[in-house]
Amino acid sequence: MGRFHHHSDGAFHGHADAPADSHHDGHHDGHHDGHHDGHHDGHHDGHTDGHTDGHTDGHTDGHAHPDGLPAARSGLGDHSGYDDAGERIEILERILGENDRTAEANRRDFRSADLRVVNLMSSPGAGKTSLLRAALERVASRVRVGIVEGDIYTSIDADRLSGFGAAVSLVNTANGFGGECHLDATMVRSALARLDLPSLDLLVIENVGNLVCPAEFWVGEDAKAMVYSVTEGEEKPLKYPAMFRAVELAVVNKVDLLPHLEFDMDRFLDNLADVNPDARVIMTSARTGAGLDEWCDWLTQGAGS
Amino acid sequence: MHELSISRSIAATVRESAAGRPVERVNVELGQLRQIVPETLRHCWTLVVEGTDLEGSTLEITEVPAALECRSCGARFTLRAAAFRCERCGSREVTIASGEEFMITSYDVVGA
Repeated sequence: MGRFHHHSDGAFHGHADAPADSHHDGHHDGHHDGHHDGHHDGHHDGHTDGHTDGHTDGHTDGHAHPDGLPAARSGLGDHSGYDDAGERIEILERILGENDRTAEANRRDFRSADLRVVNLMSSPGAGKTSLLRAALERVASRVRVGIVEGDIYTSIDADRLSGFGAAVSLVNTANGFGGECHLDATMVRSALARLDLPSLDLLVIENVGNLVCPAEFWVGEDAKAMVYSVTEGEEKPLKYPAMFRAVELAVVNKVDLLPHLEFDMDRFLDNLADVNPDARVIMTSARTGAGLDEWCDWLTQGAGS
Repeated sequence: MHELSISRSIAATVRESAAGRPVERVNVELGQLRQIVPETLRHCWTLVVEGTDLEGSTLEITEVPAALECRSCGARFTLRAAAFRCERCGSREVTIASGEEFMITSYDVVGA
């Protein structure tokens, strides 16, 4: 079995019949370094330690690898070594590479518009829209706010946010995006076309209500934040660690309900710290107004003047 | 259920790279800290490739355990509990050594 192929850097890699691991070793470090340095700055800060030694050129084009290994894309690499035998072709492509390239394009647009961008996530019904409404009421006179509203089918949330002077761009993920349970970089990009970014100071991306999927997709934002309501119980950080680890802020909402619940706040905060010790916490009630000044200060920091 | 869009993304990358060569298997590496269900991903793969040039190919998923390193005491261990704490000294000052992988490592093409 001719499991050899020729990379354009002149290196031959023999893969005999070795499955899985044996051919990974030489490439991983270089790849992961580039991956983290090049793409994750500002969005997975807590995860990058240990991957930052050395390489900085990253994967911004998705093709060149820091260790000189080209991805086996058409036009790259010489694979003429195969003829009648099957062959394993190394590719080492990040599965979300295409998403991240689009997210980089979004990020460039955000930066050239001098815009702060927050990706706001939560499970359905935690209070994202209520907290955004409350923020618009308080800050819309001094900060120019745009909102990308992610919703599978409806415009209900977008309608709730109208009338405050904010520019709202709705993405229905059922229209051409397969009814996705999250916003990815391409969906956000489609919404940006309907916003005049340079006229804004702050863009909030209200993601689809979901504690799992949105955490995987960087859309080009500066910060990820989540809303968590005290009706959801104390254990969710341990059940959905990817979401709770991804955010720099957890807004704990509906605290006005605490007297009626058996919610153990200390236990929740301990669970949160177990998966994300660096997360900032703001306690709010969109209903009573508790904590909303602090929430607005965080949301608008560095936005506008 | 983002496994469907992820399957589409994998298929697009492999299709572009394979440039028409018949693919029988796609090898991916999936860290256990990713909230992606391997069985669901395999199922979604069959849906996504159905009726395309990749139909009949399989998705081979290698799961990578989550390993942590403690910045306080230096212990390195496989994550077993839900909490990201050092199993030796209890510190929360831990670094993820592995478990966030999400890569297409290679694909196998059929001989002519």
